[in-house]
Amino acid sequence: MKLVTAVVQPYVLGEVRDALERLAVLGMTITEAQGYGRQKGHTEIYRGAEYDVDLVPKVKVEVVCADELADKVLESVAAAARTGRIGDGKVWMTNVEHIVRVRTGERGADAV
Amino acid sequence: MVNAGDTAWVLASAALVMLMTPGLAFFYGGMVRSKSVLNMLMMNFVCLAVVGVLWALFGYSWAFGNDKFGGLVGSGEFAGLASTIGHFVGVGSASAPWPGSDALPATAFVMFQLMFAVITPALISGSIADRTKFWAWTAFVAGWVTLCYFPVAHWVFAFDGFTGADNIGGWIANTLKAEDFAGGTAVHINAGAAGLALAIVLGRRKGWPRERMRPHNLPFVLLGASLLWFGWYGFNAGSALGAGDLAGLAFTNTTLATCTAVIGWLLVEQFRDGKPTTLGAASGAVAGLVAITPACGYVAPMGALAIGIIAGALCALAVGLKYRFGFDDSLDVVGVHLVGGIVGTLLIGFFGDNDVNSAALGDNGLFYGGGIVQLGRQAAAAGSVLVYSFVVATILGLVIKATIGFRVDEEDEVTGVDETEHAETAYDYSSLTTGSGSGGVGIPSTATRVESP
Repeated sequence: MKLVTAVVQPYVLGEVRDALERLAVLGMTITEAQGYGRQKGHTEIYRGAEYDVDLVPKVKVEVVCADELADKVLESVAAAARTGRIGDGKVWMTNVEHIVRVRTGERGADAV
Repeated sequence: MVNAGDTAWVLASAALVMLMTPGLAFFYGGMVRSKSVLNMLMMNFVCLAVVGVLWALFGYSWAFGNDKFGGLVGSGEFAGLASTIGHFVGVGSASAPWPGSDALPATAFVMFQLMFAVITPALISGSIADRTKFWAWTAFVAGWVTLCYFPVAHWVFAFDGFTGADNIGGWIANTLKAEDFAGGTAVHINAGAAGLALAIVLGRRKGWPRERMRPHNLPFVLLGASLLWFGWYGFNAGSALGAGDLAGLAFTNTTLATCTAVIGWLLVEQFRDGKPTTLGAASGAVAGLVAITPACGYVAPMGALAIGIIAGALCALAVGLKYRFGFDDSLDVVGVHLVGGIVGTLLIGFFGDNDVNSAALGDNGLFYGGGIVQLGRQAAAAGSVLVYSFVVATILGLVIKATIGFRVDEEDEVTGVDETEHAETAYDYSSLTTGSGSGGVGIPSTATRVESP
């Protein structure tokens, strides 16, 4: 099993969800996140004093899926989140060793 | 004889001015960081409680009693307020001896003036946000109104023959004949100078100015500024102490100066920073209200327009002074109230027009053929109050610092004064810290109630 993690612009969340639904991926976890990469932040002004705000709001999407589906999930999340502008974010994939479905006690691929 | 219409307006005005202190609390509270907002609100709110008591015990009497030491402070004749019941205030004349044909019940005047005594120390609190011990601040408020506000209110607001047929008032109003309709000197310069003193006595916040501390809730700031604008009609038009021409003029001038001050501040921001900001609009409104306060009963409407735009633009520039001189006046009490108060007080020397106010004791301003006499008087009044308040606040601040301590320790400042001074948190939006059943997701609360023994 793989864990696909995406940190993307908050406003592409709808497209990402739609793309995952088309792949029949039925679960995901969303976290509001902050961070910066090459995009850096922006400047705010309060009573003439400039403030550099370097952390910008992002959404972190986490999806656990079967090995054979993982490449497709990664590609379609990346495609759905792409606007072509700086700040689009990153998607990555890691191995998952064990999973337990809390309600039933199922393990491994059955628990996904 | 009591004038019922005037009395109704003064009572309503007292209630309007009362609302300014909570309004100020939100104006200031929105500008601090979220970990200090409750402390900021409390520093303002407690002024209502503390000054209200002192005012009844002796404050009103010190401000409006018969003069005692050559214009310095009033006598104790009204202490405890018993002697204000069934008593009147007013202006006598040859045909109608004191209290004259349009008197007010003394109690209405007592309550109206109380609200001024409440908001003046509250204004000071903005200069020491994020780092002040609550009880130390409360002690300062009690000491400062006693040693500074009550005497200065006597100098500026107590007119000869108003609270008693033969009562002598304070020196700025009656001897110097400087004009201050609603408190440019007694309220704004007074509070601004004390704010500067305390910012210096307490010192900078940890990390200032390297670490920029941005306002946590700008909608609160604009809401607070709007409440201030609303309440200010009681402050300024109520200071006519009657429901007539003069109140209408003060109301008009208050509106016009605030309009142009908003425009003036926003234009400075547009040219200097490239953007007009919400904080700038709220600050511009307050700067305009401050500057028109002393002048609103002494200038014509076109004078008010000019005073507003000058004050808005100058205060927008003045808020940068703290970075140049290195004092952490956190919420710009100096840049808005001290500078705005000085601008309004001095501009009476230019725009003062006795045609609009037959009761004015001073001379016309420079632009109305009066020469520089009145400007000199205005400068003397502004300078006297500034120096007196700065000295009293510095000494009082140093005494509190040396005895009970004025500021929280560094660890508490980092944690936040809401938690360390009040044991509260302003905002609880996270489901992780909410008990089940309160609309959160029901994760067992990390805030577990501790039973008291």
